[in-house]
Amino acid sequence: MNPEIGALFVQVAYIAASAAFILGLRGLTKPDTARRGMQLAAMGMLLAVIGTLLNHQIISYDLIIIGLVIGTAIGLPMGLLVPMTAMPQRIAISHMFGALAVTLVGIAEFLHYRDVPGGPGVIKMVALGFETVFGALTITGSFMAFGKLQGFISGRPITFPGQKIINAAIFIGAIGLWIYLIATQSGGPAASGDNGILLFGLMTLLALVIGVTLVLPIGGADMPVVVSLLNSYAGLAASATGFAIGNNVLIVAGALDGASGFILSILMSKAMNRSFANVLFGAFGGEVAAASTKSSEGLTTRSVSAEDVAMRIGYARNVIIIPGYGMAVAQAQHAVRELAELIEKRGGRVRFAIHPVAGRMPGHMNVLLAEANVPYDHLFDLDEINEEFHACDVALVIGANDVTNPAAKTDPASPIYGMPILNVQDAEQVIVVKRGMATGFAGIENELFYLEKTSMLFGDAKSVLSQMVSEVKAL
Amino acid sequence: MFSVIATALGVATVAITLVSGPSTTAASGTAGGTLVDAQIVEVYVFLLAAFTGYQIITKVPPLLHTPLMAATNAISAISLVASLVIAGAERPFYINVMGAVAVAAATINVVGGFVITDRMLKMFRKTEAPK
Repeated sequence: MNPEIGALFVQVAYIAASAAFILGLRGLTKPDTARRGMQLAAMGMLLAVIGTLLNHQIISYDLIIIGLVIGTAIGLPMGLLVPMTAMPQRIAISHMFGALAVTLVGIAEFLHYRDVPGGPGVIKMVALGFETVFGALTITGSFMAFGKLQGFISGRPITFPGQKIINAAIFIGAIGLWIYLIATQSGGPAASGDNGILLFGLMTLLALVIGVTLVLPIGGADMPVVVSLLNSYAGLAASATGFAIGNNVLIVAGALDGASGFILSILMSKAMNRSFANVLFGAFGGEVAAASTKSSEGLTTRSVSAEDVAMRIGYARNVIIIPGYGMAVAQAQHAVRELAELIEKRGGRVRFAIHPVAGRMPGHMNVLLAEANVPYDHLFDLDEINEEFHACDVALVIGANDVTNPAAKTDPASPIYGMPILNVQDAEQVIVVKRGMATGFAGIENELFYLEKTSMLFGDAKSVLSQMVSEVKAL
Repeated sequence: MFSVIATALGVATVAITLVSGPSTTAASGTAGGTLVDAQIVEVYVFLLAAFTGYQIITKVPPLLHTPLMAATNAISAISLVASLVIAGAERPFYINVMGAVAVAAATINVVGGFVITDRMLKMFRKTEAPK
């Protein structure tokens, strides 16, 4: 093919791909258009890949084919077989793969420019450094997040004295190396005594360490923020790759991913009533437990049986179910759906109230309930449903705790004061399904459990709900 | 705090790019003009894409936040495009191998990401109309 026409075709393919990505994401603004939109985005990706394969710089396809085959052999089963309950882990590990690709590209480009007379120049060196630092810290950070979600690394915050100072020192070290490299390597390697490769390697290594130390002190329930943030970093690193190699489709796709991760992190932090800094450096659980002002002394809860609850919920007209991480752990979503269908069959109305940070990633509960065949028009956000609790007969809390704690509204001394919560206490009666009286992630007592109208149903969510289902059937 | 630093770095990157633009022109003389133009355009592309992304993504309902993450992750695996060139271009063999590993990693995200997003989106359904 005429190289000019080839180059033109590549550019057209990239522009079409960029448009497909943007339109695809636009599809995600509505559930009915989402699937189509994503198929369009996938077409865009295919087009960009085909366009690239026609690139005149490519002289051998052997390694490309090997890479594509291996990637597909791993990616396809991961896509098809990973259960929905493992979605948080899946998302976390995928950030690692994305960042790995970006980091390798960064390193390869850096090495390549050592053979190019004149070197990469300031701008490309800035981009290469950014790409490699953020890529590398996302690799290890995502792996740590994956480990915590999968359970082979403790989900509790891991802290040690001087942690913040050490973290800051490593971070400053990596940035210092980056700046030094920009100053010395932009014009290519010096003729003698050049240690560019060593320093670049050291910078990458430090960035890898930052990823570990960044995620170590972060607790399980803060994972929604961390996963979103890593999503954002993976995107920004991809965008930096675009700057480094002068490719606009990379810049566009990376910017979209970066923006998405950034928005999600902000939403998650807000929903937790915390600043970014607090999430990243706070190690919440331990500190706040001591600050807890309300104690449970002198307060009593009412413990009830599934049979008892079935009677009440079976005759309820208006039920709101509040799922939390406990539902995900017990994999109770199918039993929940069964119960909801039964209540509806008996003439009641069932809605689900979903707090933004319920679960371990943004939208976790929605995916689980959708998997269990709960129609999405039954799922409501905090803002949509919070006024509805007044009119509700029974609020059924399943494995959620802090997001229902009225102290967030009433007790200025509470560490969660100001956090947006679901107004469960406004319901006529409240039933809480919970494994035990342990406090939630914030380490504080939940007054809701001690209210007159609250009944506690202790046990594993799945078995308790299955029991309720058979009891309601028997009514 | 970390995110503030990250944001500041992002802004600094853009600023350096903008500031160093003219100086590069000065250093390389008149011939450098097109290169700088291209890099300024890249900054525009980034800013506009980030702005567009912000506008669209704030409208994605919380209902679809997990598919959104999976989708943006698959899309940002566009770094596959860069990996392909490195794996196949005329470079030392070890760099080609690095490129091939990057191709594999990015392909995992492209293939797995789009498949899993579709799987998730397929599950979201409305209440069926009463018969």
